[in-house]
Amino acid sequence: MSDKAIPDEARPALQSRAKLDELEAANIRAGSGKIATNIMHFARVLRSAGLPVGPGKVIEGIKAVETIGLDSRDDFYWALHAVFVNRRDQREIFDQAFHVFWRNPKLLERMAQLVLPSFVDPEAQQQAEEMNRRLAEALKQNPPDMPGEGEGTGEEEDPDVTVDAVMTWSANEVLQETDFEKMSREELEAAKRAIARMRLPIMEVPTRRFKRDMRGNRIDMRATLRAAMRGGGGAIPLQYRKRKRRHPPLVVLCDISGSMSRYSRMVLHFMHAITNDRDRVHTFLFGTRLTNVTRQLRYKDVDEALDKVGEAVDDWSGGTRIGHSLHDFNTNWSRRVLGQGAVVLFISDGLDRDAADGLEDEIERLHMSCRRLIWLNPLLRYDRYEPKSLGAQALLPHVDEFRSIHNLESLDQLSEILTKPAPDKGFGTNPWQEAAA
Amino acid sequence: MSTLPENVEGTLELLGKANYVSDRSLATAVHLSLQLGRPLFLEGEAGVGKTEIAKVLSETLGRNLVRLQCYEGLDVASAVYEWNYSAQMIEIRMAEAEGMSDRDRLGDDIFSDRFLIRRPLLQALEPSDGGAPVLLIDELDRTDEAFEAYLLEVLSDFQITIPEIGTISAENPPIVIITSNRTREIHDALKRRCFYYWVDYPDAERELEILSLKAPQADEKLSRMVVEFVQRLREMDLFKVPGIAETIDWASALHQLDIIELTPEAIDDTLGVLLKYQDDIAKIRGSEAAKILDEVKSEIATAQRASA
Repeated sequence: MSDKAIPDEARPALQSRAKLDELEAANIRAGSGKIATNIMHFARVLRSAGLPVGPGKVIEGIKAVETIGLDSRDDFYWALHAVFVNRRDQREIFDQAFHVFWRNPKLLERMAQLVLPSFVDPEAQQQAEEMNRRLAEALKQNPPDMPGEGEGTGEEEDPDVTVDAVMTWSANEVLQETDFEKMSREELEAAKRAIARMRLPIMEVPTRRFKRDMRGNRIDMRATLRAAMRGGGGAIPLQYRKRKRRHPPLVVLCDISGSMSRYSRMVLHFMHAITNDRDRVHTFLFGTRLTNVTRQLRYKDVDEALDKVGEAVDDWSGGTRIGHSLHDFNTNWSRRVLGQGAVVLFISDGLDRDAADGLEDEIERLHMSCRRLIWLNPLLRYDRYEPKSLGAQALLPHVDEFRSIHNLESLDQLSEILTKPAPDKGFGTNPWQEAAA
Repeated sequence: MSTLPENVEGTLELLGKANYVSDRSLATAVHLSLQLGRPLFLEGEAGVGKTEIAKVLSETLGRNLVRLQCYEGLDVASAVYEWNYSAQMIEIRMAEAEGMSDRDRLGDDIFSDRFLIRRPLLQALEPSDGGAPVLLIDELDRTDEAFEAYLLEVLSDFQITIPEIGTISAENPPIVIITSNRTREIHDALKRRCFYYWVDYPDAERELEILSLKAPQADEKLSRMVVEFVQRLREMDLFKVPGIAETIDWASALHQLDIIELTPEAIDDTLGVLLKYQDDIAKIRGSEAAKILDEVKSEIATAQRASA
């Protein structure tokens, strides 16, 4: 194998062979043998595959294997699993890495022997070499971005889509990487100013936690007692506390299909701002499928964040399958992110390629699982907009609020619109619901 | 004080003693957690037997079970300790009446052990009969991030600081089991301190085994059908697929109703035991249930022929 074929991650390991040998010798003296080194290598493979495996975990892994022993491959697997995996979605990567890395069935036996001997035999030396090569192979077969690979190529063609010429959205899923052009300096300045002023008009809700407040309406016994002690026990000055208030979690679901493409840049800037503005924000993009981009939007620099989003999402400006995407959200995410009474911001024009197939059920389910569902629709910019499309008809009865984000091209105006307080939620039908009926 | 099992087989046996049917993989994680004194973090859908593990461990090891049920707004006063304020007030009044004016002594008096109310986390750190207790922190995802952060100190050093008294640390760290239904992600910092295990739905064979232990009154043939039916439901696109707890409930319910063979009508009548969302029920009730039942019946018939 040429030097080139060895991934970067493995190269330092090869180069520092001498050092490694020293380490191994020490290990053998210490009684834990080569298995320790191999667990370390295995941990490195996992790390390069994106699992958060630090040095502390390696030590723990070694301890765990010492506890379990090397009698059974299954026990060995689950011991390492208990240490290295800490989210369910990491299991797949772990499983693959494990089978690639520890695939030689006789390896365990030999390793078991290696734990015992007090001398370094030539075979062990060879073993180390073999292992390093195997590691390199494992890395080659497990590039860091592997887990997503299968899905990326699977749905590229979508053969039986009929093009609907009446409406403007594109019927084919366009798998393309949108290249976010950098904003001009002026624009950037304006955006920054706007973002700095931006406040989401979403109510704060009382939590079950308290803080000290002399104007509060409950007595803080602990503080009262302390105050009494300070005063010498003569008089007991009452101290008060009141409920803390806090924003509920916020979930943003944003349509990035073709018909929304002219707004998507501004919306993404906006989402970046609110994602970094507070904790407990989860952001999802959907076109033909749903992508969670919360982590990508957490990058502080907006350009970097949008670049990462561009890499993560591959259905930019394609068709829209709102029902399908919401179904995905409802089954896979709603229980995880809507847990504590979240407010959902649903940004879409309601134009659906699937002709609102299954959409009504899904939006109803979503509505029932969240505290408040706000639909932001750019099409409302047209004075005579009426929710006539099948998608909008299905969505309207199930939203708590329907707001326009017209003039979305300008972030300035967007933030202004969102800063306006929410209209009162009356008991009768809302004007837009009448329009939909 | 019963001793901890020495190997994975021992742990498997231990769980089995209390009628807990476990995968070897789960037993491995439990064993590691017992041996290395680290918390075990169990995640999984509702009704797969996460909480049960803590109960089983406390029962078979003869340890006390200390349970902390998490909820939103759980705070130190209800999770760790609180002062008995009314008793303290009376104490102050008494001191006043006796004309005691030594402020320091009074302070020492009213902030002493006597007035401390121990909540689960503090209880778990104190020595108890039969060895360190089993601490079950149930549904951690229901509490908020602030409490999670507080747990970090408790779980890594097994000590709690009370300003008025000082630091209380556990002589023997408790066996800690944490469960989560994943209604939100738990922070990595906490997970890092634990052994992680995702509790999955069991396969048909194991589920049948569980059913025979937990609902022994149900007819064997009926149990097999129940299990096969539920297994098929889990493959379907439902909002919430039934857990093991639902399977057990369903088998018991059918037994209560004297149903000895599954029929489409019987399923329709009792579907509410299995599925807890109206959408799901509407989807399965009627023809879909009948279809699944037919598949189950033909499969069981094939299996019987093969074994005969």
